[in-house]
Amino acid sequence: MLIAAALSALLALAVLGVAAGAEMWRHRMVYFCCMIASLALLAGGIKHLGQTPGTGPAIILPIGLPWLAAHFRLDNLSALFMVVVNLASAAASAYGIGYCSHLPEPRRVTPFYPLFLFGMNTVLIADDAFMFLVAWEFMSLSSWLLVLADHKNAENRRAAFVYLVMACFGTFCLLTCFGLMAGGEGAYSFSAMRAAKLDGIAGFLVVLLALLGAGSKAGLVPLHAWLPLAHPAAPSHVSALMSGVMTKVALYGLIRILFDLHGHVNWAWGAAMMVIGGITAVMGVLYAILQDDLKKLLAYSTVENIGVVVIGLGLAIAFKGSGEKTLAALALVAGLYHIVNHSIFKTLWFLSAGAVITATGERDLGKLGGLTKRMPWNGVAALVGAIAISALPPLNGFVSEWLIFQSLFKGPSLPHWAMKFGVPVVGAMLALAAALAAACFVRAYGIAFLGRPRSEAAAQAHQVPATMRWTVALLAVLCVVLGAIPVTITDALSHVVTPLTGVSFAVSADLGWPWLSPVSSTRGSYSGTVLVMTGAGLCAITLLLVHGFGTTRVRRADAWDCGHKESIPESQYTGQSFSQPLRRVFCASIFAARESVDMPDPGDNRPAEMKVRIIDPIWVGLYAGIGRVVDFIADLVNRIQYLTVRRYLLMMFATLVFMLLIVAVRQNQ
Amino acid sequence: MSAILWQLLQIILVVAISPLITGWVRLVKSRLNGRIGASPFQPYRDIYRLLQKEAVVAHSASWVFRVAPYVTFGAVWLAASIVPAFTTHLFLAQAADLIALVALLGVARFWTALAGMDVGTSFGGLGASREMMISSLAEPAMLMVTFSLSLISGTTAPAQIIAFVLSGGVGIEVSLGLALAALVMVAIAENGRIPIDNPATHLELTMVHEAMVLEYSGRHLALMEGAGMVRLTLFMALIGGLFAPWGMAQSEGGALALAVGLAAFLAKCFVLATALGVFETSIAKMRVFRYADFLGGALLLGLLATIFLYVSEAV
Repeated sequence: MLIAAALSALLALAVLGVAAGAEMWRHRMVYFCCMIASLALLAGGIKHLGQTPGTGPAIILPIGLPWLAAHFRLDNLSALFMVVVNLASAAASAYGIGYCSHLPEPRRVTPFYPLFLFGMNTVLIADDAFMFLVAWEFMSLSSWLLVLADHKNAENRRAAFVYLVMACFGTFCLLTCFGLMAGGEGAYSFSAMRAAKLDGIAGFLVVLLALLGAGSKAGLVPLHAWLPLAHPAAPSHVSALMSGVMTKVALYGLIRILFDLHGHVNWAWGAAMMVIGGITAVMGVLYAILQDDLKKLLAYSTVENIGVVVIGLGLAIAFKGSGEKTLAALALVAGLYHIVNHSIFKTLWFLSAGAVITATGERDLGKLGGLTKRMPWNGVAALVGAIAISALPPLNGFVSEWLIFQSLFKGPSLPHWAMKFGVPVVGAMLALAAALAAACFVRAYGIAFLGRPRSEAAAQAHQVPATMRWTVALLAVLCVVLGAIPVTITDALSHVVTPLTGVSFAVSADLGWPWLSPVSSTRGSYSGTVLVMTGAGLCAITLLLVHGFGTTRVRRADAWDCGHKESIPESQYTGQSFSQPLRRVFCASIFAARESVDMPDPGDNRPAEMKVRIIDPIWVGLYAGIGRVVDFIADLVNRIQYLTVRRYLLMMFATLVFMLLIVAVRQNQ
Repeated sequence: MSAILWQLLQIILVVAISPLITGWVRLVKSRLNGRIGASPFQPYRDIYRLLQKEAVVAHSASWVFRVAPYVTFGAVWLAASIVPAFTTHLFLAQAADLIALVALLGVARFWTALAGMDVGTSFGGLGASREMMISSLAEPAMLMVTFSLSLISGTTAPAQIIAFVLSGGVGIEVSLGLALAALVMVAIAENGRIPIDNPATHLELTMVHEAMVLEYSGRHLALMEGAGMVRLTLFMALIGGLFAPWGMAQSEGGALALAVGLAAFLAKCFVLATALGVFETSIAKMRVFRYADFLGGALLLGLLATIFLYVSEAV
């Protein structure tokens, strides 16, 4: 009931958003109401999660296609994603209260924002393919309009175009996927699909189409191309939701199809997904390291995290397909934990990027610097987010990666040779992605928030409004809490995976409350709680000892810098120079990165220049190729336009004969 | 109860002997270079001297610069407290496994790199950038070592691995040899030793770790140096524990076992420190962009160690 009321409220808010006009307080009211609605949905989700495995009543509404009712239902998986979606959207809406007045045209954002929230939430509760796809399109189109918010910028228009094309492609794949599962009878409700067991070619095609459809929305390489264009184009609180939450809704679709609707799973599909996930994770973070645009960097980092989650999901399928139900549950818990975590710290970072843009008007790393001194709130919160996203203990990002590693280490126990040899390689990719993510966020945080200001705008940065500070601070606290009490979270997630894997399982079964011990207590265990307390204790002892044995005096002076006095801020390391060693090591082959130095002769006053050339293999190799093929086909088709009447008649006659032939052949069989 | 007592002993021990080990490596290197060298206790005096000096902090430094030394030292200390040095019966042994250990060292590195960038000088950024490049290859290699050890012993917890090796469940394995080689290479990189980095250098173009802590002075520098020393001890305990666990006290052991464990640990550190001194004297530092070959080799060895398990099983 609460959920239904909140959803209708969101629809009403969209209308109010149109009516808001130029009055800023009305826009603020809309965001405030969106926050209330999100909190209500969040409460509904948490309330449902609290109940041990169970599904809510199916609700059938007489809307939608004639003589076909719309089915809705809330189960544990939907409830979990409802928590993920609405936690972030409550934060983003609260942030929007302060942020909307800084937007160039708030009128282009406010009406579509509640629609976007409505679309995402409806995807989660849809219980038939029709409602699912309608809600999915609702989500895609409203976010497309939000990407177009700043439509005067040609780059944004291009981003919106690419996004629209990819969204259409994704929906097309999902439509076909549901069509296959619905079978000959066209049983489009989810319960009918669950009952039908597909295997063989059809089963494989369902998985492939689900991966293409949901994967293009989530940003799996090579379908990620739209993501780094569209996410930065939208206003920051929207990009936070697109990157932190909408990609999760896409993963929800993937999990719903692969674990719930599709009866048979094959370990080989899981193995293939792990490889795709591994490639996505490494490629995503390498792209991120090369970016100078803060929001683009964050968008690519989302690609990386989606890859990490897909490794977990693929592993779960490989285990499930081999009959290892407990391990499948473990891998799925790990993947879901990472989904929850990523929605929090990515939202946190996008909102921080919004604060940086509000305070300085810049999102180019090369023009930022020293912000933590001028924006202390955002400085601390972004640092917490950076540590969490780099998968470092004791914060939440580490716990989920630790769980993924633990389940990955059990991968070779499967009896398939491909898994025995493949799992270590995927493990190396995951470890590489985690280490590179740390490098990426040392770079992002170090260049933007530390050091000396690199431009006048950064030097003049000011504090942002209170709602924009509180929301990031709360998300930072959540990062700490989710890292410090992992067992509470994994217990809640166990309720979610039980119906999906058919086994009741608790990560902490062996040792009890503060200890995570995935397989058994002798297999390796972890306790965020104990680590936090011991670590804090040791830091405190260090502080006491150092101050007890030594002096506490501090002198402020100029930087020493090996004796180079009074260097200008431009002499600092830039984003480009920071990534140079990584670029040379990792990108020379993948991105064909080349550096050329243009050094003027002595006596010549030209400035020396260093040029870096990077070729994106996906755009050049894949999309440009597809473009050429489309052009070629279009040319062929174009010729048909200039035929003579005689030839048109001949063509129609030939087609007719061909059709009759098919009918004749089929009837004789 | 005894687990807590032994844990406390471990926490104090790793910090207490770290400067001595570093001092011993320096002494070995001096003697091999034909110099008399300072006493192995010199690092204790150095740290005390640094603690007495006031800390000079640049105008452009933020709070990160002042917090980083404490977090770095705390994280390394915590990591070192978890690695079984002389006994596997530790209170914290269950709190973190090898994966968490790698990540704890990652925390220390993360803060050091940020501190390097905080003052806003070009050297700090240079050090941070190179350090993150090194770690992005060393960390996966270390995880591959963990992977192969976990496959051999069925666990990622160092105490359990040691118990498994001590129980005689494992013979001479190709994989163990490869994993040991990879771990040694990682240890060299993580500790900033020759041929990856030179801990004694102050020459801008070759330094990595020193470049990051260039702006530190006084007690902050003492903590950063101390963290480096504890990290070296940690890796010696790790290599000595995982690959030569003999003498380690087990849970049922009494005071005698403990004494044997302590003596064995000190002997292992002495041998490893001497070996490190000899190795560093006999090799030249690499160019920065050769690191990728060295550490890529470590990563490959770690991966091979895992894959060889199946090959040897099949043969």
